[in-house]
Amino acid sequence: MPLLQIAEPGQSAAPHRHRLAAGIDLGTTNSLVACVRGSVAETLADAQGRHLLPSVVRFSATAPPLVGHAARDTAAADPLNTIASAKRLIGRGLADVHRLGGHLPYCFVDTDSAVPRIRTAGGDLTPVEVSAEVLKTLARRAEDSLGGPLTGVVITVPAYFDDAQRQATKDAATLAGLKVLRLLSEPTAAAVAYGLDRRDTGDEEGVHAIYDLGGGTFDISILRLTRGVFEVLAAGGDSALGGDDLDRAVAHWVIEQAGIGADNDPGTLRRLMQVACAAKERLSQEPSAELQLDLPDGRHWSGTLDRATFNALIDPLIGRTLTACRRALRDARVSTADIDAVVLVGGSTRVPLVRERVAELFGRAPLGDIDPDRVVAIGAAIQADLLAGNRPGDDLLLLDVIPLSLGIETMGGLVEPLIPRNTTLPAARYQEFTTFKDGQTAMAIHVLQGERDLVADCRSLARFELRGIPPMIAGAARIRVTFEIDADGLLRVSAAEQTSGVSARVEVKPSYGLSDGEIESMLRASLEHAGEDLAARRLHEQRLDGERVREALRSALARDGEALLDTAERARIDQALARFEATLTSTEAGMIQYAIGALERTCAFYVERRMNRTIHAAMAGRRVVEFVHPEQSS
Amino acid sequence: MAISLTTAAADHVSRSLANRGKGLGIRLGVRASGCSGMAYVLEFADALGPDDQVFEDRGVKVIVDPKSLLYLDGTELDFGREGLNEGFRFNNPNAKNGCGCGESFNV
Repeated sequence: MPLLQIAEPGQSAAPHRHRLAAGIDLGTTNSLVACVRGSVAETLADAQGRHLLPSVVRFSATAPPLVGHAARDTAAADPLNTIASAKRLIGRGLADVHRLGGHLPYCFVDTDSAVPRIRTAGGDLTPVEVSAEVLKTLARRAEDSLGGPLTGVVITVPAYFDDAQRQATKDAATLAGLKVLRLLSEPTAAAVAYGLDRRDTGDEEGVHAIYDLGGGTFDISILRLTRGVFEVLAAGGDSALGGDDLDRAVAHWVIEQAGIGADNDPGTLRRLMQVACAAKERLSQEPSAELQLDLPDGRHWSGTLDRATFNALIDPLIGRTLTACRRALRDARVSTADIDAVVLVGGSTRVPLVRERVAELFGRAPLGDIDPDRVVAIGAAIQADLLAGNRPGDDLLLLDVIPLSLGIETMGGLVEPLIPRNTTLPAARYQEFTTFKDGQTAMAIHVLQGERDLVADCRSLARFELRGIPPMIAGAARIRVTFEIDADGLLRVSAAEQTSGVSARVEVKPSYGLSDGEIESMLRASLEHAGEDLAARRLHEQRLDGERVREALRSALARDGEALLDTAERARIDQALARFEATLTSTEAGMIQYAIGALERTCAFYVERRMNRTIHAAMAGRRVVEFVHPEQSS
Repeated sequence: MAISLTTAAADHVSRSLANRGKGLGIRLGVRASGCSGMAYVLEFADALGPDDQVFEDRGVKVIVDPKSLLYLDGTELDFGREGLNEGFRFNNPNAKNGCGCGESFNV
């Protein structure tokens, strides 16, 4: 017999109609699953009552993969087959992996594909397959808890995840047999958990700061909510600052107090870190904590750490997070007075000093009463319940925005953005482009993501070719390039020549190649380099103009240069053209502009002669009346 | 005529109401639907109808409309676990046979 849940008044679903949906926080270190039951969103525990599932998978040749606590606890015994940080690798290319490789104890297989594979006893696996195991375990837990199959899930991803990383996350879900209702950014999920999207503020608008201090990373996001749309105004942080650093600060203190050398064996260091972590956690509740440690030389050390000393130890670290917050506020062009709510995410925000300093900076008490480890999963569960259609009459749908602009490469290495950043999803835009050369029959479409003006500074997502364009003079073909992004931020690009109907399309397959820090810094760089970009754009456009003039002159000379010019004139034009070509390589846009003017003046007589000749040819042997009343000539 | 709750059910209802922050109690009912004729309704109650009957058991108000009461009289609401799943069960003496899934029943 199935078990029933209490529903909101008037919303009891018909039997077998209640759609089960779950929210999944797929984390680097730990993952969580949550769902809405009896109109309350809560995270789900496993049979042992544990909510957090370590995002660790251990593969073996004979048994099915081991996921979670069991895999994490035995990691030391079997490091090569135990994969612990798939999220850092997902959607990344081999090049990035080699850069990270120094820190990762895995054995990477050299393949010809761009996707890295890890050699384990269970086969050569991609990060997508590893993440799929974690998702499978969480989904099974949800199905056991809810008593039925899941209709779909909402999975959270960091705000700075790019298209490739989102696609790879979605692939992992598909592989785990799950239907993804939506990918939701983590800060947005936290805001949803606190109901910031449906607060009765009257105008349903507000600016919110999401302060996320996790185990190893710090993220600050400034979100603006306008009519159900969360827009990321600015994202920042520090990818190497988290709770582990707080532990390390305490550990250093212990080393000083106990007078032990820094060159200890790994076992002592691990114990030291455990003692430090336990002390930190106790200090969130109590004014002081006792620490005890067995030293390698057989001595036994014990000491007391009070909260004031602890605060002094960690203050510089918290100061760094606040600096990042101020920078994000500046990037978002808002002041602390504009912030309506501050949400705390991540276990490290339990530390009282963190709360105090955050409250001080923003001038208001932060929201922290939902368990900061679970708040993202809870927000995802609320969104999943809504998307599964379990709340009739509640049609407010949360929309996300694309984090970085999408565009294509145009002549001269410039990026033409088709969909600007912060456009709400789903979105579709098109723009028409044309050919650059006479008789051009193919066009390469290069899809890019980023905020900068030059191709070299943006991230390449895909390349494809539109072939079979009928030969036409330059500028006559009309090629419509369409970008469509679905609600998960995944991109489809198509190109079609309008007169002939030739078309080509591509689903953006991840062409991996960027690290978290780089994606984050791309946004910042676009602001810092705005002036530089403008100058570069002018130069490129001017150069392009110059090349167009040169092409036109060359093709004219080839056609009628012999007939219209005597040797001296021809020499003068050739000389001017050679000089002009030399100037084209200049890095001064002004120089090129001037040279174009000069070349046009030098060639003016030739242009005039060509005009006259064309008119002659057109008029020869006709009567004047044909030109005055053209309709009579037919 | 009466409806009762087990201790586990009463505890869970009280907790859910406290979490929700509002509500008079819970509404039990039946409606025609489902694969076997009738389906149970279990909802939070925010308002009382003119003909509603209110029972109180273990500190929880149970609200039932008179028509549903004909099918529910003597029912005990229980709360329990099955593996990881937890939820409410209707122990209804009037139900003759339920469908395999138990979400609906016949009298």
